[in-house]
Amino acid sequence: MSATLTRDDLLRAYRTMRTIREFEERLHVEFATGEIPGFVHLYAGEEASATGVCLHLRPDDRIASTHRGHGHCIAKGMEVAPMMAEIYGKKTGICGGKGGSMHVADLDVGMMGANGIVGGGGPLICGAALAAKMKGTDGVGVCFFGDGASNQGMILEAMNLATVWRLPALFVAENNGYAEATSSKYSVACDNIADRAGGFGMPGVIVDGHDFFAVHEAAGEAIARARAGGGPTLLEVKLNRYYGHFEGDQQTYRATDEVKRIRETRDCLMLFTRRVSSAGLLDLAELEAIDRDVAAQIDAAVVAAKAAPKPTAADLLTDVYVEYA
Amino acid sequence: MSTVTTTYREAIREAIREALRRDPRVFLMGEDVGAYGGCFAVSKGLLDEFGPERIRDTPLSESAFVGAGIGAALGGMRPIVEIMTVNFSLLALDQILNNAATLLHMSGGQFNVPLVIRMTTGGGRQLAAQHSHSLEGWYAHIPGLRVLAPATLEDARGMLWSALEDPDPVLIFEHALLYNQAGTLPADAGAVDIRRARVRRPGRDVSLITYGGSLPKTLEAAGRLAAEGIDAEVIDLRSLRPLDDATILASVAATRRAVIVDEGWRSGSLAAEISARIMENAFYELDAPVARVCSAEVPMPYARHLEQAALPQADTVIRVARGLVRGDG
Repeated sequence: MSATLTRDDLLRAYRTMRTIREFEERLHVEFATGEIPGFVHLYAGEEASATGVCLHLRPDDRIASTHRGHGHCIAKGMEVAPMMAEIYGKKTGICGGKGGSMHVADLDVGMMGANGIVGGGGPLICGAALAAKMKGTDGVGVCFFGDGASNQGMILEAMNLATVWRLPALFVAENNGYAEATSSKYSVACDNIADRAGGFGMPGVIVDGHDFFAVHEAAGEAIARARAGGGPTLLEVKLNRYYGHFEGDQQTYRATDEVKRIRETRDCLMLFTRRVSSAGLLDLAELEAIDRDVAAQIDAAVVAAKAAPKPTAADLLTDVYVEYA
Repeated sequence: MSTVTTTYREAIREAIREALRRDPRVFLMGEDVGAYGGCFAVSKGLLDEFGPERIRDTPLSESAFVGAGIGAALGGMRPIVEIMTVNFSLLALDQILNNAATLLHMSGGQFNVPLVIRMTTGGGRQLAAQHSHSLEGWYAHIPGLRVLAPATLEDARGMLWSALEDPDPVLIFEHALLYNQAGTLPADAGAVDIRRARVRRPGRDVSLITYGGSLPKTLEAAGRLAAEGIDAEVIDLRSLRPLDDATILASVAATRRAVIVDEGWRSGSLAAEISARIMENAFYELDAPVARVCSAEVPMPYARHLEQAALPQADTVIRVARGLVRGDG
């Protein structure tokens, strides 16, 4: 276990992972009622990745996320209530109901946005890292992307650029095995996405994304290197998503017991709990107290989102330009 | 007032130099902008003056470096991104549309993108169909962008600073045939208003509405029309989004005839949009249907006489304008 993790870190990590899980499980239930519009892509099962990485980040560090972005938002410090309201398309949402699930963003906490374009965040994070470098801060930029985006030219361009300019960047490839409905075994031409790192002149590291501690340790090394001017890293996190590509996906491409087996044997929250309790670092009662607290918080967010006002007709034409005369 | 002799290319360089001196957040990046001095020699000498951090060569990765410009703008910088030609900008169209133009709205007004992208546009250099098109009309279609087309030395010198002061993404289209345009500017030339079209030549009989690389041809046409007794007014749009409807409509109301000269393809063009606005707002002022002179609807050919035939020319503008005024086109 990483020596840098304090008891407070562990509590925070657990709370973050539990919050993501509860947020996503609740969305799964609520989406089925038909009250939530649009596409919703759930992060449940992948919590250890966002949490293990973002625990190293400061508010001035920036992340770029994906269509499956709720977990990154929460791990980077976004409040759940404005996120939930956004997903419901309400005026009280973090983006005023104009972005929705695929575009939740909060620059105040360094979250540059989920992104509906697969791979779209790679170039953006190069710019965030470049700005940090030019301003002389030791800020970093982290680009989360999936196995699908690993085949997008803009991600490959971004990794090349990051090395050419020795940017303080981390590329986190969350390989959940499926790009939409297509297996990464079919669509990724090499055995591991991290194998491509050498081609871009950066270290490539593979970690088990069910293991918070493994992610935290690997990300910590990469982020420390980036802050110190050592350039970018490609970190491949192998994990699983518990739901379909989007809510409503029939998942005909997965074995019927595939998710059940993973939940029972490799669930990141279960593994975390087992490890901290057997090591005597945290006791189950305090984790259960967090569970209750998080459940209440998510419930309140859903209740508030449902009751919140919709954007008005006057909101239609705003936020296209700051100035337009 | 003291003046300096300069070119369109040098005027842009001076504008970049001024911006780099005035604002430490400004930097220039693009393909070969540094040691090579820019593919059109616009940034020649700037590397020596400002160093490689601020005159930043990029890999040939339009998507990555345009996106990086967006990310850097969000990070508090004021990047000037140079794309070699508008045809290559299509490799970054996703970043320009799906991020730069859209982030302010998607984020509910949280983050604006103060980014300036400069690129060359237009044909006439026998570079054929992947280096010669005029796609600025496509960009003018996109809400969230401001689109500028400097056609004069004054605008080449002055639009950049105004664009950098704009809190939203601005695209500046420089017609490649304008770079060698020479003339004089006041020694203290600086920022210009980027919101209004300009009447470049007043006239009473017909409004010739154009922008960018077509302005010199249109002014030539107006001069020759004057010799045959037709007094043409020439409007330089300058801003392609937003369009300055008021200046266009005031001109058309006075001349009662309009010819739009646009190097883009006719179908779905900027010329089509301007024509529609005139119909919507000044239909009963017109003495003749609005006419358009656009590029032939073919990919730009290589052979010189074919390319010249594909592009708007002064002769065509004269013939069309004469037809509107005298009814004998």
